[in-house]
Amino acid sequence: MTGWRSLLLRRETGIAVMIVLFCLAVGAVKPQFLTLNSLRIILLLTPLILIGAMGQMLVIVARHVDLSIGSILGLTAMVAGMMFRYAPEVPWPLAFPLAIGLGAVLGLVNGALVTLFRLPAIIVTLGTLSLYRGMTFIISDAKQIDRQYVPSALKAMSQTSPVFGIPWIIFIAFGVALLTWWFAMHTRIGRQVFALGSNPVAAPLRGINVTRVTLTVFAISGALSGLAGIMYASRWGFVNPSNTGNGFEFQVIAAVVIGGVSINGGVGTVPGVVLGVLLLGCVSAALPLLGIPGTTQSAIYGAVILIALVIDRMVRMQGRTRGTQRAGA
Amino acid sequence: MLRKSTLIGLTAGLAMLAGAAMAEPLKIVYIGKNTGNPYFDSITGGFEDACKSLGCEFEFVAPATAEATSQIPFIEAQIQRGVNVIGIAPNSPDALNEVLASAREKGILVLTVNGDITGSEQYRDATILPVNFDIVGRDQVELVGSLIGYEGEIAILSATTEAPDQNKWIVGMNETLKSDPKYAKMKLVATVYGDDQPEKSTTEMEALLANFPNLKGVIAPTTVGIAAAAQVVQSRGLAETVKVTGLGLPSEMRDFIKDGTVTAFQLWSPYNEGWLAVHFAKGVLDGSIKNEVGGTFEVPNLGTITINPNNSINTQAELTTFDAKNIDEFNF
Amino acid sequence: MTETSATARDAAPPRPLWQVLLIRPEMMTLILLLVGIFAGSQLSEFFLDTDYILKSFTLSAEFAMVALVLTLVIIAGEIDLSPAANMALSACLFAWVQAAGVPLPLAVLVGLGAGLAMGALNGALVIGLQIPSIIVTIGTLILYRGLAQIIAGDKSIRVPESFVGINDVMVAGIPLPVILFCLLALVLGLLLGTTIFGRQIYLVGTNEVAARHAGVRSARIRMILFLMMGLVSAVAGLMTASRLGSVRYDLGLGGELQMVLMAMLGGTYIFGGRGTILGTFLAAWLLVIVTTGMIVANVLPAWQLCVLGLLLIVSIIATNLIYSRTQR
Repeated sequence: MTGWRSLLLRRETGIAVMIVLFCLAVGAVKPQFLTLNSLRIILLLTPLILIGAMGQMLVIVARHVDLSIGSILGLTAMVAGMMFRYAPEVPWPLAFPLAIGLGAVLGLVNGALVTLFRLPAIIVTLGTLSLYRGMTFIISDAKQIDRQYVPSALKAMSQTSPVFGIPWIIFIAFGVALLTWWFAMHTRIGRQVFALGSNPVAAPLRGINVTRVTLTVFAISGALSGLAGIMYASRWGFVNPSNTGNGFEFQVIAAVVIGGVSINGGVGTVPGVVLGVLLLGCVSAALPLLGIPGTTQSAIYGAVILIALVIDRMVRMQGRTRGTQRAGA
Repeated sequence: MLRKSTLIGLTAGLAMLAGAAMAEPLKIVYIGKNTGNPYFDSITGGFEDACKSLGCEFEFVAPATAEATSQIPFIEAQIQRGVNVIGIAPNSPDALNEVLASAREKGILVLTVNGDITGSEQYRDATILPVNFDIVGRDQVELVGSLIGYEGEIAILSATTEAPDQNKWIVGMNETLKSDPKYAKMKLVATVYGDDQPEKSTTEMEALLANFPNLKGVIAPTTVGIAAAAQVVQSRGLAETVKVTGLGLPSEMRDFIKDGTVTAFQLWSPYNEGWLAVHFAKGVLDGSIKNEVGGTFEVPNLGTITINPNNSINTQAELTTFDAKNIDEFNF
Repeated sequence: MTETSATARDAAPPRPLWQVLLIRPEMMTLILLLVGIFAGSQLSEFFLDTDYILKSFTLSAEFAMVALVLTLVIIAGEIDLSPAANMALSACLFAWVQAAGVPLPLAVLVGLGAGLAMGALNGALVIGLQIPSIIVTIGTLILYRGLAQIIAGDKSIRVPESFVGINDVMVAGIPLPVILFCLLALVLGLLLGTTIFGRQIYLVGTNEVAARHAGVRSARIRMILFLMMGLVSAVAGLMTASRLGSVRYDLGLGGELQMVLMAMLGGTYIFGGRGTILGTFLAAWLLVIVTTGMIVANVLPAWQLCVLGLLLIVSIIATNLIYSRTQR
């Protein structure tokens, strides 16, 4: 297969083309969509989803799924918020290791249940989705952490930075994406994630410690959800026990699936997922501009996921008949 | 088991008959829309304090989510517990009809507090609302007018498209803008809905700014919406050009008032709703208050209260306006 | 004959009858059920009241009926997370066309047909395109609920008075939805336990490839199950509409957790091939007992979330252990 053809057939190219076409179409109706300001709005919509999607991508590549990330986001954000409220003397940046560490532990619990008891991740994380959300209510006594308790310096991270005035959280999110890319491509364990996902049966024979790899992906997914929890407090300035992180898992899974990560494991790329997140961001930003009511958003997400699944399936069927193989990362 | 249920029915009936003379204290429960909603902390506070001073037993319960049916098992459970009064912030204008009817059959006094079941009023005894909702639209238009000098484009950022209270207020705003010549130079350019979610409210607010570059003011008559709108204006440094106002919680808006992002906004005292509900319920059950339209009764700290048509009771006549001068006096 | 005895000698000695009868997942469910009733009576004096428990069960009867069919789907090695959203969309469609002037019986047919169509779409994606049912039904879960939201916005649509009140219909002192649930359990129990179709469901779930080689039409069986799932979801949606008297897009929101929980608590093996209708039947009662006990005792709903989550995890661990120890 020639270079340009393989480039054309790549999932990333397809999504990039879709983004451009979508933006041009919206811009034709509403020219103000094609401005720097729109870019700012879109980029500000994406950091949380992008961070969550990096973890979820690794989990799905390893042939699992993590439905509990929204509840982990809520619980870690609440713990950080309670630190701000009840222990204001603690330096606020400590909230980062606290939330990330707690998220990693919650993720490890998922991973441990999946590996030690050989349980399907979807049921385990459906259970912990409920469990972690309940814990959020209990530790907070069902009380919201109001804006006044969240440190101004943390809130400012969503608004400013020294570089071109692009908010810090956007840098952090893309930094996480870069790290994930490096992890997936250039570390041994990262490559093992892909090997495990493409053939779980053969993985132990190839010297892969399945337990360790599985625990690692769930811990990363949890830790990144914890980071997203802090980002939530920064972006929205409050933490609510019931709303914070609710439904996050669906947005993230949508982005990951659109980004070309195969739910059959072993296949997925960081650039693809980043583009998937951006495409969802474009859709979210364009709907209100076009005057389309927010009630349609959920249906659009659902339809987009299904279309992505069907396309993915078609591509794989075609790939198989032509005898070509799509590599991992 | 049968004996037990009869016994419960009997006690409930007896409590009804004997009223305050009974040694058994009145059992009052308030069912919120959902747990974790800061708005209800303040209402519950009013309930608690009034119950303490009048010697009633009080419990606050709420489902984990605010979907239409989530309150039903909670109402059933309270009927089973044999409470005397159910106060409820209904999650649906009609899905609760059946279960509320069966509560009233058992002799339980049903009050909707901070939201009514519009169109199904026959399923509750009375409703306690913070203000007369007919004036909210008018007052909000006046407030935004005073902030922008009664001239320029304004927009509304509401909750969900079908939110009954907000829609009533929006009708009031439209009528005021049309009929009162004072507001002739103000033009309502758009009404958008953020579904009471911070993300959606933010993108809707951003779209308003992009679609209407000459926008002077935004009314957000919902606590989530006003906070989201204020945050957008704050982060883009537009506080001077676009005035955000609406209905908000002082606890959520304090920072925006202090840094000048928002000059003034309005609300009422949710605390007083709980306070009034308990006094009213106790009076109706011991016979000292007649639940009839046109009747009046006294409530400590609130003065004389009138029962309006549709058995609707308001805790205050006007909206409270919060600004830099008085914001620190309020702790909800 | 000699061959059989040879195999018998190689295999482990047969377990005593009492073990076969007692060490099985349904027994765990039954014990938990008794514990739940006892705990409920300790938590609140208002709990032990047959009328109240029956009334509370009515509130979950719709989910429980779906969970019965879901049990068959899981035994066949698939899963469906979309039924709660299906309930909402079929009920909204029913109420919507009915409000637009379509006669009631026809509107009911529209609702049921919509449910079937949704089941068919799930089936087509899973069987036709061979996409795993887990991810397909997460997608359709979002899609169906989203479509319901487009149709109904967030207003509630009233249904006609003549259609309201299925929960008030009493047969021998038992609410009709509870009776319907028991009847469905009986029919599905017989279907699964005594018919060839039932046997084939187990075969497909145990080893799909082997089943196909043995001449079992696996694709057809799984398609029928997805269609049944769509239909029962629509019935459940209409029952909910009748109970509430109105329909909104958020009807049954989050119900998939309860449905999966009922099947898991009843000892259905998540990887397919094992499980019984009796287990799910008992588990539905268990779940109602547990939630009702906590609500009537004014326990914070947060604790319910925790208990439900823990129950789900504990029940699959226990089921897996029991199966791995008894039926190798």
